[in-house]
Amino acid sequence: MTELVWLAVLLPLVGALCNGWIAATRPHQKQLVSVIGVGVLVGAFVVSVLVAFETAHAPDAGTKVQLWQWMPVTERLTIDLAFLVDRLSVVMLLVITGVGSLIHIFSVGYMRADPGYARYFSYLNLFVAFMLVLVLGASLPVSFIGWEGVGLCSYLLIGFWFDDTANADAGKKAFLANRIGDFGVLVAMFLLWWLVGTLDFVELSARAPAVLAVGGTAVTTITLLIFLGCTGKSAQIPLHVWLPDAMAGPTPVSALIHAATMVTAGVFLVVRTGVLFSLAPATQVVVAVTGALTAFLAASIALRQNDIKKVLAYSTVSQLGYMFIGVGTGAYTAGIFHLVTHAFFKALLFLGAGSVIHAMHHAAHAGHGHLDAQDLRNMGGLRRTMPWTFVLMGLATLAISGVPPFAGFFSKDEILTAAFARGASDPVYLLCWALGLAAALMTAFYMARLMAMAFLGRFRGGDAIEAHVHDAPWVMTGPLVVLGVLSVVGGGLNLPSFAGGSHLLTHWLEPVTAQAIALGAPVEHPHGVTEYLLIGGAVLAALGGLIAGVGWTVRRVIPRPADAPASRGFARLLEAKYYIDELYHHVIVAPVLWISRRVLWQGVDQFLVDRIAVGGTARVAQGLGWVGSRLQNGQVTFYVAIFVVGAILILRTLAR
Amino acid sequence: MLLGPSLALSAVLFAIGVAGVLVRRNAIVLFMCIELMLNAVNLSFVALAQVHGVSGQIMVFFVMTVAAAEAAVGLAIILAVFRHTQTVDLKQLNLLKG
Repeated sequence: MTELVWLAVLLPLVGALCNGWIAATRPHQKQLVSVIGVGVLVGAFVVSVLVAFETAHAPDAGTKVQLWQWMPVTERLTIDLAFLVDRLSVVMLLVITGVGSLIHIFSVGYMRADPGYARYFSYLNLFVAFMLVLVLGASLPVSFIGWEGVGLCSYLLIGFWFDDTANADAGKKAFLANRIGDFGVLVAMFLLWWLVGTLDFVELSARAPAVLAVGGTAVTTITLLIFLGCTGKSAQIPLHVWLPDAMAGPTPVSALIHAATMVTAGVFLVVRTGVLFSLAPATQVVVAVTGALTAFLAASIALRQNDIKKVLAYSTVSQLGYMFIGVGTGAYTAGIFHLVTHAFFKALLFLGAGSVIHAMHHAAHAGHGHLDAQDLRNMGGLRRTMPWTFVLMGLATLAISGVPPFAGFFSKDEILTAAFARGASDPVYLLCWALGLAAALMTAFYMARLMAMAFLGRFRGGDAIEAHVHDAPWVMTGPLVVLGVLSVVGGGLNLPSFAGGSHLLTHWLEPVTAQAIALGAPVEHPHGVTEYLLIGGAVLAALGGLIAGVGWTVRRVIPRPADAPASRGFARLLEAKYYIDELYHHVIVAPVLWISRRVLWQGVDQFLVDRIAVGGTARVAQGLGWVGSRLQNGQVTFYVAIFVVGAILILRTLAR
Repeated sequence: MLLGPSLALSAVLFAIGVAGVLVRRNAIVLFMCIELMLNAVNLSFVALAQVHGVSGQIMVFFVMTVAAAEAAVGLAIILAVFRHTQTVDLKQLNLLKG
């Protein structure tokens, strides 16, 4: 079955082509589109499950599934189109096809009325195909196909409703920010080929420790460049700016691409090349500190956002930061663990938000009212009208906040414990731990605020609209229930020993991560009192944040968006997202525009090319023509005189 | 055999012809000057035939034939120009200019 893993990639790809063809020829065949779009994903999921079962008994190094020779560059470097099926890629495979299937099913309900239904499913299928190439690739170039492909699909889906310029701009912004990162990955690939002579992940891990000195410039540069790619794809500071804007796309897209799968590709890549990162302690510090800063700053921004999707977007950025604390600390399993649980509860939160937006939007239409369906200030009291969504999103909130025994608690705790443990030898990791803990507190707070603003209190959109608000149909609520169950029990994947578990995921991933962990700095994991104090602190932060968030929100009178007074001071700074977009605008965008307009357009194109080169040629020809026309003055005598002069000159020359 | 004086006379006649073409404005006078130049050449042909054999004298007959034809065509053109513009002043016949 492992040999047939390419089926998992091929199915969504065929689905994308079929749906694309339907979109081009008969866009109203929505039932056919739904069957194809969801069917191929479920098929891919079945393939993944079968592959996973076989991998459980397979040799530890994993199986390389060779498809064909792709680039025979030299004797030393031939790149095959090959897939690597090992325990890491199987985990990703299951998450992508599993959560992906649920989100596809949800999309059937969410996008039902959209005229671009077939196009939407075509893009979504294509995304899954590329994402699977990314995680299955046996070498960096193959993964890079997927890496670029998911970027393309992300661009297409963010700008899905492209007739609004803002959406198209958001797509462009995401694409450009990703390009900066992709540049880093490309350069890293060239360096790796130059220095190590292979791009195959397995061979790379085997050869790199012998070729690259620990902490050397080479490996540090390479890993920093790879990490640059990760900051782009996984929306870490300083390239995080695209992800909040990416919320312009349909909400299931945000759930699938910008929460559960694509944005975690950076974390996956770090784990895949974990040996390199373990060889470069300096880069590990950069990764962990970047992750911690991102986790902290994004969480603080989420505190003051009023758009339900913006809160979740910053929450995603923040949670991705956690994953990078994990992988930066060398706790690769913890990073992947959080990736998986985050995929569950964040997909659930986004789909829940999608249900809320869907309900608000339709209620506003039915009630003949006008309101921003995504603004939390227009909601309130939805627990009465949307009980299912309320309960399920509540579970996800508990999970993301890190309340035991929900999924997020175990994964987040593992990351923080790992950072704390590494802090014993390297104090900078203690800073990461502290920032992470503070971010956990804020996470609980902003999630509680979101839930309280949306579901508690009274509806602020008016009675006429409230009468039409109701839970989504089962095709949408069903996937939420499944994700809800996963969010509750997901922690069981890697239950730590203090909770009576056996670190299932850690042992499962051991063949993949063992080498990288062995190369890294030895870390003594805290036991006994320290461990319980750490857990206690995390739980306290979660509960404190939740209670404070609910209490703070419920006591306040929340004004309608139109009547909201301008906030001041620090709150304003948070609402403006630390003015980072403005900073980038003034430091990068505006100068680039200025250079493009003044220098390149007006200077080079208009002046040099148009006036000097093109206009100059015309002027020279014109001048020569003027001289010629002066000679031809119509006076026969003049011609004769010139003729005589010429004849005399010729005679003189001949007489010499 | 008067070769030198003959060639000298030929050169003087040719120079007068050139000067006439350059300075006179009347088309008919100009035409006569061209004939003068042709005949100056004829003279030098005849003179040099004494030294180089009769081919020069044969060339003179060619020149005279061509000159006759040229005179016929040229005068016809001048006549046509005069009918058209009422003048044969070359200063005023300058329609073909850049």
